[in-house]
Amino acid sequence: MTLRAVIASLIGAGVLVFTITGVVAQSPTERAIDDADLKSGYDFQSEDTRALQDDDFANPGFLWVDKGAALFSEKAGKNDRACTTCHTDTVRSIKGAAARYPSVDEKTGQLINIEQRINLCRERHQQAEPLSYESEDLLAMTAYVAHQSRGQPFNAKTDGTAQSHFEAGRDYYYARKGQMNLACHHCHEWNWGQMLRGDRLSQGHGNGYPAYRFEWQTIGSLHRRLRNCDKGVRAEPLPFGAQEYVDLELYLAWRASRLTLETPSVRR
Amino acid sequence: MSMITPDRRGFVLGGAGALVVQLVPIPLRAEPEDLERAVRESFPGKTYQEGRVTLKIPVLSENGNSVPLDVEVDSPMTDEDHVTSIQIFSPENPLPNIAKFYLGPRAGRARVATRIRLADSQRVLALAEMNDGTLWAGYAKVIVTIAACIDLG
Amino acid sequence: MTVRLSVPQSAKRGDVIEIKTLISHQMESGFRRDAFGEVIPRDILKEFRCVYDGQTVFRAELFPAISANPFITFHTVATVSGELEFVWTDQNGVVTRETASIEVT
Repeated sequence: MTLRAVIASLIGAGVLVFTITGVVAQSPTERAIDDADLKSGYDFQSEDTRALQDDDFANPGFLWVDKGAALFSEKAGKNDRACTTCHTDTVRSIKGAAARYPSVDEKTGQLINIEQRINLCRERHQQAEPLSYESEDLLAMTAYVAHQSRGQPFNAKTDGTAQSHFEAGRDYYYARKGQMNLACHHCHEWNWGQMLRGDRLSQGHGNGYPAYRFEWQTIGSLHRRLRNCDKGVRAEPLPFGAQEYVDLELYLAWRASRLTLETPSVRR
Repeated sequence: MSMITPDRRGFVLGGAGALVVQLVPIPLRAEPEDLERAVRESFPGKTYQEGRVTLKIPVLSENGNSVPLDVEVDSPMTDEDHVTSIQIFSPENPLPNIAKFYLGPRAGRARVATRIRLADSQRVLALAEMNDGTLWAGYAKVIVTIAACIDLG
Repeated sequence: MTVRLSVPQSAKRGDVIEIKTLISHQMESGFRRDAFGEVIPRDILKEFRCVYDGQTVFRAELFPAISANPFITFHTVATVSGELEFVWTDQNGVVTRETASIEVT
């Protein structure tokens, strides 16, 4: 396969122009970035931003982790149960659970992420209303649950019932979209480490989410970040929780699977 | 990396290439007179001299929404000799005041840290007033860069 | 409002201790506009104070240039065992309080 990328001209209006010959997107069975070169978004932040993430007191993402911890043990719904009614440290522990997501829900056969699992639990076991995507409470609970896997590598299942979702996610990753006609890999595989205006392009891993972004001045979900990417290439962003994004999450988890979860991470 | 001027900022805020036309001009910068006025309001009739105040802000900040600031004043912080207030001023933000900290001998140490917003590259001013009435100044020059991929909501 | 406090559990009388505080608040500056071009109204915390041993030992007036989710570090002298009270007041006078105790030997 011929791959030739002639890259990254920053022209006046701030448009990153790629001139590309050759075609990509054969089914990669190997990760496009060598394990030795795999870098978390953390590695693309300034020293001060990294220091803030490393500070378990001052990292503002912990405001949501703390809130999520409180919500986790708070009773909700008609069944008058808390998450801790079912999940303790020893029984159905959530330690390490986020590293296995997205995951196929056995009852529906759907691939779901942490946010959707939390809402399924609310519906099935608590008889509580689902929390809306990007609400403070869902962000807090997701941050808390993901934080329980901090330091663990992604280990999501990509075969069996997950395989079609994995392939759909990979296809989304390599599909050109938007007015700029760019796919994810144009920035995050071919040009990571290059400058895009004042930014250094990362490898586009989702291992820090939900993440506290200075730009947002709050914590946000991976889907919020994916919507930003779509908007960045002038594509119509998909709704929060869209199946395409959940499938993409699985592909992202696989391509990042030598990295460990960092939630709550801090990004610029 | 070049300094980002306000004119370019309007452009950059458009994200990767979109042109944003701001129809209503809103005052996005304080004029230096605003800074002087803010200082006069805080410390009427006083002049200040450079010294005793160490203001630390990273030289290069990758997002103006959250810039770490650390200020320390050289003072024994005793009943007889202490800092009464430390105030932070910006020449380029829409408002010249950033924060006012009030302390005294019970602080033990005249050191405060926080995180601030900076609308642009600029020289931030910290003034410290002592219980003897003298006023001391420290500065920090900061370059604020802006990201390429901006969430337009 | 979620608050995080870092206060040493114990200290020797006369020690200068470092105190860190973090509170969830968007600190909406009043200078931003929404997608329709409307100014988003200012909504900020205006004041923070720490009361210890009967005295305000530290006070801050906050402006829109304080980052969202204000983080403030300051110092105080350990005088007596007891509670330190932390009080944040927003522009409408709504107060958030939190306490931490310290043992002074």
